[in-house]
Amino acid sequence: MDRNEIFERLNDVFADVFDDDTITVSEDTTAADIDGWDSLMHITLISAVEDEFDIKFDMKSVVAMKNVGDMADVIEQEA
Amino acid sequence: MYKALQYPFDPQMILKKRRSIKKELLAGTNNFIDKKIAVLGGSTTHDIISIAELFLLNCGIRPTFYESEFGQWWQDAMFCPQELYEFSPDVIFIHTSSRNITKFPAISDSDEQTDKLLNEEFVRFESAWQALKNKFGSVIIIQNNFELPYFRLLGNSDASNRRGHTNFINRLNMKFADYAAANSGFYINDINYLSADYGLSRWSAPFYWHMYKYCLALDAIPEFSFNLASIIKSVYGKNKKALALDLDNTLWGGVVGDDGVEGIEIGHETSMGQVYSEFQKYLKDISSIGITLNVNSKNEHENAIAGLNHPEGTLKPEDFIVIKANWESKDRNLSAIAGELNIGTDSIVFVDDNPAERAMVTASHPETEAPDIGSPEDYIGILDRSRFFEVTELTGDDVKRNEMYRQNAARAAEQTQFADYGEYLLSLDMKAVIRDFEPVYIPRIAQLTNKSNQFNLTTLRISESEMENISKDDKYIRLYGKLSDKYGDNGVITVVIGEKENDKLHIRLWLMSCRVLKRDMELAMLDSLVGAAKAQGIKKLYGYYYKTAKNAMVKDFYGTLGFKKLSETESSSEWELDISGYQNKNKVIEVEN
Repeated sequence: MDRNEIFERLNDVFADVFDDDTITVSEDTTAADIDGWDSLMHITLISAVEDEFDIKFDMKSVVAMKNVGDMADVIEQEA
Repeated sequence: MYKALQYPFDPQMILKKRRSIKKELLAGTNNFIDKKIAVLGGSTTHDIISIAELFLLNCGIRPTFYESEFGQWWQDAMFCPQELYEFSPDVIFIHTSSRNITKFPAISDSDEQTDKLLNEEFVRFESAWQALKNKFGSVIIIQNNFELPYFRLLGNSDASNRRGHTNFINRLNMKFADYAAANSGFYINDINYLSADYGLSRWSAPFYWHMYKYCLALDAIPEFSFNLASIIKSVYGKNKKALALDLDNTLWGGVVGDDGVEGIEIGHETSMGQVYSEFQKYLKDISSIGITLNVNSKNEHENAIAGLNHPEGTLKPEDFIVIKANWESKDRNLSAIAGELNIGTDSIVFVDDNPAERAMVTASHPETEAPDIGSPEDYIGILDRSRFFEVTELTGDDVKRNEMYRQNAARAAEQTQFADYGEYLLSLDMKAVIRDFEPVYIPRIAQLTNKSNQFNLTTLRISESEMENISKDDKYIRLYGKLSDKYGDNGVITVVIGEKENDKLHIRLWLMSCRVLKRDMELAMLDSLVGAAKAQGIKKLYGYYYKTAKNAMVKDFYGTLGFKKLSETESSSEWELDISGYQNKNKVIEVEN
C-alpha cells in the first residue's frame, strides 16, 4: 500500500470520527490541529484506524506516535 | 427504529459514527422522556456513556448524565458531592469490574479468612448502595457484577478452590444476585454473562486497561452499553409486548400450503426439524413471561391451523392470541393485530425469515422492530440478544397475561350476542376491588404506572420505591382497582393518585389498562374516589390531561365524567368537579372497598 493511499483512507476515518468532511491530514498533523481531538477521541480514533486497515497496534507503537506521519509508518509496516 | 443500532450491530461503525448517529436520532422525533443518569465509575466511563446515550435515544429516552471523576465511584456514593446531589439522578449506574476488587484471598489464607474477605468486599459495595438510597430515596440503582479473571493462577482449581480468583468472583456475584433479588429498584448489569458471551480474553484485553484505564475492550462497549440501556428502557416501560410471527420457514421448514402438513419440517426426525422445534419451544417460553404470540402469515387460514396442529409442534393454535393467516399484505395485518390487542405497533416485534416482507412492514411501520433473524439456527440467539423483552420485574400478572387476552377474546365473542351494551356488561358478572394501595400490589401498581400509555391522563412515571413512599404519605389519596368477571380475573388494572390541598384534590395520576376498556371500570373508580375524598373533607376534584403521542383516547375523559373544563391549550387541559351532590355512576360492577 503506498503512502498516498494510506493518507486517503486516513482522511476518511478522521472525517467519520470527527464528523467533519473537510478534514485533511498530513504527515505533520497532530492533535492540536484538529478540533475535538482530545485524549478521549484519541481512543476512538486509534480503534477506527485499526478497523480500517485491519491491524492491531501494540501499546509501544501507540505510545510512541507523535503525529499522523508516525501513525502512517506503523500502518505501512503492519498492513 | 434506527437500523445501525439494531442487534446484531457493527460495533466499530457505532463507535466511529456516534456523532452523526446522535444528530439523526435527535432530529428524528421529539417524543422523548427525559431521565437523569449518574454514572459512578471505577474505571473510564466516557465512551460507555456516549454510546449508551445512542441506545437510550433509540428507545425514546433522552438522558442527561453526571459522570464521576475517574475511579471515584465509592467516594461519590459514600460522601455524595454537592454536584451529584444537585443533579438529583433518576438512575445511578455503578460501573465497577474485577479491576475494582480491593483484595483477593492469598494462597495461604484459611477458608474462614476467605469468607471474611468475601464479606468485607460485599459490605463495601452494600454500604455504597445503602448510602445512595439514604441520600436519594427512591433512585434506581444499576450495578455491574464482575467478569471472571483474565488469568487463572490455579488453573481449573481456580473455580473450586476458595483461594482462586474465579471462585471468589463467582461467590461475590452470587451475593450481588441475592441482594438484587431482595431489593426492588436495584438491578444487576450482568457483565459476567456479557463478557463470557463476547469472549473473555477479547473483553478483558489488557491493552485497554493500561492505555486508557478501560476495564473492557473498546469494541465491546457497544454491546455493554446496549445491555445497560436495555435495563433502563425496561424500567421505564419501553419493552415490547407482543410478537407477530410468520409461519412458513419461520415456525417450521417448508411451505404448508404446498408441502402439506406431513411435508413441513418440525420435530426430531431431521436436524432442521429439530431447529424449528427448539425455536417453537423458545417462543412458548417467551409467552410464559407475558409476551403475546400472534400470527402474521400469507396462507389459507385452514392450512395455517393445520400446520400449527402438527403433532410434533410445541406451539398450538391456542397459544396465539390473534391469528392473521390470509392474503392481506403483512403491514395491514400488523395494524390489525395491534388493533385487536389494543397496543401500539411500536410494541410489536415482527419475525419473518423473508427480508422483503420485513422491509415491507417497516416501510409502513418504521416504529416496528423487524430484526434480521438470520438462518433458522440463529433465530433464538438473535431474538434473545435483541433484548426486546428485558425483564426487570416479573409480576404475577405477566405470567397470567396470555390467559387474560384469551378471556378477552371470549368476551368479544359473547358481546355479539347482546343487543344492548349495558345488558352485555351486566351479563359479565363483574366484581371489582377498589382500595387504598396495599404493599403486596405495589410492584404491579408501579409496573402498570410505567407502561400504560393510552389510557393515561398525565403519563406520570413513578418507580416502585417512589410508589412505596407515596403509599405512606398522608397528603395523597390513592386507589388501585382490580376487576374480575365470569371469564376470569384481570388483576390490578387501574390506578388513581390524588394530592390533597386543603379541600381540593388534584388528580396527579389516572390510568387504566386497555384490556378493560369500555367496562365502566372508570366510573366505579370515580365513585370510590369521590367517596374517599368526601371522607377526608374534600369539596372539589381537579383533573389534568397532558397530551402525548399515545393518549388521545382520554383527551375528553374528564368531560365525559361530568367535570367542567377550566382551561385548555394545544397540549393540556384542566378540569374541575364539585362533588357535593355527586351521584354514583357505576351500575354494572359490584364493588368491594
